[in-house]
Amino acid sequence: MMPVPDLIPALPELFLAVAAMVLMMVGVFRADRTSAVVSWLAVLALIVDLVLINRGPLARTVTFNGMFVTEQFAIFMKSLIVVGSAVSIVMARQYNERNRVDRFEFPILILFATIGMQAMVSANDLISLYIGLELQSLSLYVLAAFKRDTVRSTEAGLKYFVLGALSSGMLLFGASLIYGFAGSTNFDQLAKVLSSEAGLGSIGLIIGVVFLSVGLAFKCSAVPFHMWTPDVYEGAPTPVTGFFAVAPKIAALSLFLRVMIEPFGHLVHQWQQIIWAISLASMVLGAYAAISQSNIKRLMAYSSIGHVGYALIGLAAGSAEGVRGVMVYLAVYLVMNLGAFSVILCMERRGESVEEISDLAGLSKSQPMTAAALAIFMFSMAGVPPLAGFVPKFIVFMAAVHAGLIWLAVLGILASVVGCYYYIRVVKLMYFDTPAEALDPTAGGNAVRFVTAVTAVIILLFILIPGPLLATAEAAAASLFQG
Amino acid sequence: MTGILSLITFLPMVGVAGILVLRLFGAAKDQAKTETAGKWIAMATTLATFALSILLTARFDRATSAFQFVEDIPWFAGAGYRMGVDGISVLFVLLTAFLLPICILASWKSIEKRVLEYLIAFLVLETLVIGVFCALDITLFYLFFEGGLLPMFLIIGIWGGQRRVYAAFKFFLYTFLGSVLMLLAILAIYWQLGTTDIPTAMHSSLPKGMQTYLWLAFFASFAVKVPMWPVHTWLPDAHVEAPTAGSVILAGVLLKMGAYGFLRFSIPFFPDASATFTPLIFALSVIAIIYTSLVALAQEDMKKLIAYSSVAHMGFVTIGIFTMNQQGMQGAVLTMISHGFVSGALFLCVGVVYDRLHTREIARYGGLAENMPKYSFVFMIFMMASVGLPGTSGFVGEFLVLNGAFEANSWVGFLATTGIILGAAYMLYLYRRVIFGKITKDDVRAMLDLSWREKLIFAPLIVLVFWMGIYPSSFLDPMKPAVSFVIDRGRIASLPRPHLAAADAVSVVK
Repeated sequence: MMPVPDLIPALPELFLAVAAMVLMMVGVFRADRTSAVVSWLAVLALIVDLVLINRGPLARTVTFNGMFVTEQFAIFMKSLIVVGSAVSIVMARQYNERNRVDRFEFPILILFATIGMQAMVSANDLISLYIGLELQSLSLYVLAAFKRDTVRSTEAGLKYFVLGALSSGMLLFGASLIYGFAGSTNFDQLAKVLSSEAGLGSIGLIIGVVFLSVGLAFKCSAVPFHMWTPDVYEGAPTPVTGFFAVAPKIAALSLFLRVMIEPFGHLVHQWQQIIWAISLASMVLGAYAAISQSNIKRLMAYSSIGHVGYALIGLAAGSAEGVRGVMVYLAVYLVMNLGAFSVILCMERRGESVEEISDLAGLSKSQPMTAAALAIFMFSMAGVPPLAGFVPKFIVFMAAVHAGLIWLAVLGILASVVGCYYYIRVVKLMYFDTPAEALDPTAGGNAVRFVTAVTAVIILLFILIPGPLLATAEAAAASLFQG
Repeated sequence: MTGILSLITFLPMVGVAGILVLRLFGAAKDQAKTETAGKWIAMATTLATFALSILLTARFDRATSAFQFVEDIPWFAGAGYRMGVDGISVLFVLLTAFLLPICILASWKSIEKRVLEYLIAFLVLETLVIGVFCALDITLFYLFFEGGLLPMFLIIGIWGGQRRVYAAFKFFLYTFLGSVLMLLAILAIYWQLGTTDIPTAMHSSLPKGMQTYLWLAFFASFAVKVPMWPVHTWLPDAHVEAPTAGSVILAGVLLKMGAYGFLRFSIPFFPDASATFTPLIFALSVIAIIYTSLVALAQEDMKKLIAYSSVAHMGFVTIGIFTMNQQGMQGAVLTMISHGFVSGALFLCVGVVYDRLHTREIARYGGLAENMPKYSFVFMIFMMASVGLPGTSGFVGEFLVLNGAFEANSWVGFLATTGIILGAAYMLYLYRRVIFGKITKDDVRAMLDLSWREKLIFAPLIVLVFWMGIYPSSFLDPMKPAVSFVIDRGRIASLPRPHLAAADAVSVVK
């Protein structure tokens, strides 16, 4: 008989899986109008999950025959993901009700996606990596098409599915090459094989790593594998877009970090060039392509592409400082994006959702507080001090300069000036322009407005006490390098 | 007395909090009353800040070049919350705190929409600007330096004139582009020295090759801010479109941040690179002085004319700084202070007539001496101070700068002096067209002379003009040790330093 593996390190995932299935039963057995109950129970499950994650072992712990790993890095990233998921469920409530897509499957799909993402973060084997990734992706495909009566939403779901399947194929192809040339799928084994001279020289292995990075770059929408992002962001229902912009990005980037640093850390000189190029391309394209957008969700799509570019600078540095930079970047990015999407969710006119940037014109007159909050998010995304968005940029550029990536830093920082243009254009519309027809002042509901207020205050005051987050991220980044 | 710098810097935020409370809980139906209350809150906070900064100057020890009232709290990523002032920065803190109440008073009537937001923007700006001059950590400096863009962007964009959006974007993107390069230089300094502490960096020697790149990165930022030719083009637009008080603070304080950066960073941190690039600075400054003076002669718009004159005056400042001698550098700081309130006063003079006729076109005026004698007198004083008439504040600074310039390079001194003549030409020409002649238009004839509020605004400025012109020692003495220190650092470049040759081999990145 096979011994039962140690389940404690994976307790949060197991709990969440059970909770999701129980909630599904609740949804099925109770009649309609259950989605409110299921939503709040899902949020509760995520809160418990968050507690379990943070009570987990701090030291590096491997279980399931080396398939699953957890350490401070995983705790940090999972906490971000869970917060993103929980807030997304809360923010979606009123939108779903109004648009008659208020089904109990919505929070459950988010829960399954969250389990997938947590598995991605904790993957210590190419196989568990793939399982986590697919669990996440399949839930997300359904979520994108959740507003199934509209053409745009179904189109978004289908497009995401087709392109996602393609990228999964590439990732699998890369994984099989790696297995073929290195003889193992386990990250620890791979790292051991690659630490010897013989392992480094294999060209097949490097091709495998390239394909693997392509798959991962697709999942975190880095240029040139970003094509799906604007369309999916635009087509998916707004709360889903808000969710897409935060949690899956964080999961994909943490997977990227782990894969590149742990098993392939010895190949740093090979993959550094790839990351260098996609990072720069993402920053530049994110900045230039966003300028001509008129839909705010597409704008946010390009903005997220740009942000991924900046975060990847930290990975390109390949050092613990760089990883710390990425982690701080993702934490701040999570708050900024949740805030920005909470404002976008409030954009309604005469009961109808509107998505054009020009609809924001004159918002500072009709809703001064909301406008101020969005202005704070925009300036923060542009990286203007003293707002929170400046700190992670500062840290990733710091790591890049230390790692000798001067040109990446110079070009990236110039791209940030271009990016600044479209962020402050939103501010200009809200503050300088004559008002369009006013947006509904009560749209979005109290929960969403509360999210706006809290995130705005965090972004505004973060600079006063950045120490705790930075220290946590530093310890977490160090834990990734111990493995 | 530790903590007084933080108090001065963040006191305006107390006013912001007060106005926010007013905004949230104030009676919505009686808007005028709430706005007046907001104005009084802003006035009280800025006056309190000014009072504190006077106290700071009184307690300031004039005998040493060391930083005083130092505060040091660890912050993040090697940066610290470090504050402190020396003889140069204390003057700028005083200047900023002095100009802010005047700005609030000048906006008392002329700002009609979104008054509370306007006051908040000004108070936030005051915090950030004073922070720039108090910061003793490069990261902290950068934070304040860049943060100042936000309120200024909004002030120009919301309360500005016709082309305010264009001007606000140009202002923001120009200055942002300049300063991001400085950020990378800051990071490089951090990795080289292991700290971003300013006094440490002032006493350490960076490798020569590295100095060149870092100097250029800082130069990109400061040159845009000063502004130096040819990156000055944002300034006329920003000035013309900004509301009067916005122009005052822009010309009075924000422009000084660039020149202050040269004094605080470029010369002490990179003495070798500064010596190398001095000819470049001289050339750009001389071009700025002559070219922008000629451009000013041709202007039809009063504010634009004064904006171009600012560029010319800042040319004197940059020459003075890089002469690397006592007269030149002290003259430069004095010119900055003097220009700070003289150009501010000139913009206020434009604001006075703009509030009455709502045009800045020079040709629309003429003959104001007849019906606005008091205004004409006030305008004359500031016009003369701008020209540099002996006895006014403008004279002392420019005289010292030219003195230093002749010592450093007589051609630079000669060419810069032509700027004085051109300066007299365009200012007198402006004055003749606005004040003298016959009144031909009825609406001009109907304009009223200065009100009590306006007299109250100008009175302290006039006192300062003559104080500084007649007894400049009160301003020169406190900065003497600090300026000597900068000069000593700058002159290190010309001394033989064999031990540094080895350090040069270390590249930017280890």
